[in-house]
Amino acid sequence: MSIAGIFEHPLGRLGPDALPFWQMLQHPTEGNIINGCVATGAASMVVIGALVMVVLLTRYRRWGVLWSDWLTSPDHKKIGIMYVAIAFVMLARALIEAVLMRAQQAFGLSGGFLSPDHFAQLFSTHGTIMIFFMAMPFLTGIINYVMPMQIGARDVSFPVLNSISLGLTAAGAGLVMVSLVIGKFSTGGWFGYPPFTEASFSPGVGPDYWIWSLTLASLGSTLTGINFAVTIYKERAPGMTLMRMPLFTWTALCTSILMIFAMPPLTVATAQLALDRYLGFHYFTNALGGNMMNFANLFWLFGHPEVYILILPSFGVFSEVISTFSGKVLYGYRSLVMATMAITVLSFTVWLHHFFTMGQNANMNAAFGIASMLIGVPTGVKIYDWMLTMFRGRVRFTVPMVYSFGFILLFVLGGMSGILLANPSVDYQVHNTVFLVAHFHNMAVPGVLFGMLVAYHFWFPKAFGFRLDERWGMVSALCWIFGFMAAFFPLYVLGVMGLPRRTVAYSEASYVPLEWVAFLGALLILVALGSLLWQLRVSIRHRDENRVAAGDPWNGRSLEWATSAPPPEYNFAVIPSVEGRDAFARAKEEGCAYQSPDTYRDIELPRNSAMGPVTGAIGFALGFGLVWHIWWLVILSFLAAVTTLIVRGFARDTTRVVPADEVRREHLRWIAAVNATTAVSRVDECRPVNDGRARYEAIGVAP
Amino acid sequence: MNREAVRHPGLNLGAAHGRDDEAAERVMFGFWVFLMSDAILFGMVFATYVTSVHATAGGPGPHQLYDITSVFVETLLLLASSFTFGMASLALKYGPGKGRLAGWMIATLALGIGFLALEVHDFTAMFAAGGVPSRSGFLSAFFDLVPLHGLHVAAGCVWLVCLLGQIARYGLDTQAKLGVMRLALFWHFLDIIWIMIFSVVYLAGLA
Repeated sequence: MSIAGIFEHPLGRLGPDALPFWQMLQHPTEGNIINGCVATGAASMVVIGALVMVVLLTRYRRWGVLWSDWLTSPDHKKIGIMYVAIAFVMLARALIEAVLMRAQQAFGLSGGFLSPDHFAQLFSTHGTIMIFFMAMPFLTGIINYVMPMQIGARDVSFPVLNSISLGLTAAGAGLVMVSLVIGKFSTGGWFGYPPFTEASFSPGVGPDYWIWSLTLASLGSTLTGINFAVTIYKERAPGMTLMRMPLFTWTALCTSILMIFAMPPLTVATAQLALDRYLGFHYFTNALGGNMMNFANLFWLFGHPEVYILILPSFGVFSEVISTFSGKVLYGYRSLVMATMAITVLSFTVWLHHFFTMGQNANMNAAFGIASMLIGVPTGVKIYDWMLTMFRGRVRFTVPMVYSFGFILLFVLGGMSGILLANPSVDYQVHNTVFLVAHFHNMAVPGVLFGMLVAYHFWFPKAFGFRLDERWGMVSALCWIFGFMAAFFPLYVLGVMGLPRRTVAYSEASYVPLEWVAFLGALLILVALGSLLWQLRVSIRHRDENRVAAGDPWNGRSLEWATSAPPPEYNFAVIPSVEGRDAFARAKEEGCAYQSPDTYRDIELPRNSAMGPVTGAIGFALGFGLVWHIWWLVILSFLAAVTTLIVRGFARDTTRVVPADEVRREHLRWIAAVNATTAVSRVDECRPVNDGRARYEAIGVAP
Repeated sequence: MNREAVRHPGLNLGAAHGRDDEAAERVMFGFWVFLMSDAILFGMVFATYVTSVHATAGGPGPHQLYDITSVFVETLLLLASSFTFGMASLALKYGPGKGRLAGWMIATLALGIGFLALEVHDFTAMFAAGGVPSRSGFLSAFFDLVPLHGLHVAAGCVWLVCLLGQIARYGLDTQAKLGVMRLALFWHFLDIIWIMIFSVVYLAGLA
């Protein structure tokens, strides 16, 4: 390409036909109008959402606060909160898409109302978003917030890198959102199999949006994994040996290890697909020696460990929550650690079960089928450990526990259907049907999503200083659980009846009743999301009644509860020294919680850095330029990226000091406030009298 | 377990460097972990190459394209550069001053640039012989693996220049020291990758 060629088309292939209503105006057929209206409605929601944000920020003069307190903050707690905020926004979008798909299928006997192309975009974005831009940011955010405090650290090892990871993830999420307004997203599903996604079959921008949003997100996740693993290995408080770490931290470690090793195959797969599409390489094409099986292997070499990246932190959350709300030490800590590690290792040995039907010999399939079934063993160990933790405990029926019950029951069911699918001969019968869709949603919704929502309920008071409303939380939890059942149990039956996944329309009348049950289930899940948002609103409005400033609303067991709510930016005035598991519960038991030391020291903290938002902006511009072939933008943002890194290398004076006096004052004030707080019994846990100090209660003694 | 005893593998700065040595621990460990991730990246690309080596689709294959003499010289240059960087690391640890360190680093840079120049020359020759990446699955895989290593070396060279700039600007402060130590790991890592490339791609391809 010549220099002149770069500027010949300053907007690349971006033209008016990229607008969602263009086709509807050009060819106003009935189908085009319906699809155009749906797409335009979705696009306007994005645009209006962005505009409302801008107006509100300007109206209340919050741009400065947003920039200096949030976007440039290297504080792991704020970064964690921002991750979770991204996750909620993306959850809302992908959930609406899910409801739209269920609606289409409910009306699918007569062809429905969506075009096949539009429907394909919906399932592609739904999957991509739920995995990469809902679940991943959610768990990354929760780990970010909780893990450093659980190990008694001041921050993660590389705070600015943490902010960069957030920037890259946000850039990827931004690309997916922009694809709603400008152009189209991929129609190739969340795993984008070539050759369909090659330039010869999908010449549009769709797969490019998919490639670059995933590439940005996976780079962010790789860096996050490195950061978390190093933090856990290097930043633990004195005495916090590996086998004293809270179980959530263990799962965070295993997830990080998986991120470090499982993200590169995805990066290679998307990069090679990009080279095919942009420069005419032949990795996965049909002609000239391309081999799409390489893509399948690379993708699932990432994709299967990814499943455990998603589920392990949830396992950690459930472990913490079930132990806390049963008022008992976690049963079988050692076996839970070993089970987590076993799952981590086994997760790399089963990727082939994602394509049993794609031409391996029977022995190969058998080996991978057996390996897949083996994963059921450590997972089963975990389920028993959680049940035995509750056994003879004083179980409190709070919102997180209700989710946990739903999780245990539903997850076991989903696991059973997974054992079925792990048998290649069964898989041949039901592969590519909605039976599979039912199975993985049965793992992902009660497993990953419930786990994350539990984490949100459990640690929200720690992050914001007030509890979430219990009643609306309960409504939401029940709607999630029963909505899930209604939406996905019918799919098992439909799958066995032969309904292929991703079907836009069908001609078999007997599918209709079950499709409608599933559609109503999806609506119930929408109600669940609505009540979750309403709960947030109610809780914010009544925040003064529900304050838990002392910091320990649930009679917590690990170190994150040993600080105020919200915690100071340096987490701990004095780094705790740890003598056993459940460090904070132990301290309360021995009556030595909330002590003030004789001396305080200066605390060194990283200064704010614009690296995160700048990298994010550059990543977004680079991705957008690549998608639309705007070459000058690509060159410019690439140069900007290199320059930013070089300039950052020359930065010195990147830390600041919080003087010991200030630390002391802050800490003593909190200790005084704690001493002035009445300790409440667990009976009053969800009442306004709970100000965040827990009365010590031995198991088996009446309150 | 005595946590003080656990140090990152490789050349430590040593107690004489005081706080710089302490600060090295988390950064160096983090960089080791990054290299593990990068190793997986190369592993995947190697796997692509190995599975595509016969997918020449009637186009030119290894025998028509590889110039073992040139590649052998490249190998020597890169191995020599690992030696010079090793000397740079020793100069960093034992001093005195920054002159000797800068000297060895500049030598490394020269060798690195020499390697890159020869590699570009190889690629140009391959292009001229019809060995372009869009010709076949085999060539696509080749041009994924070998230039990926080349890009890493180029990035290492840029990094090296930046470190020289930092040393000139700030002297041998903590960050500059840690930068040199990390680049050293990176450089040796790329050497190992190159030995794999030399064996798997060139020697096996011409065997």
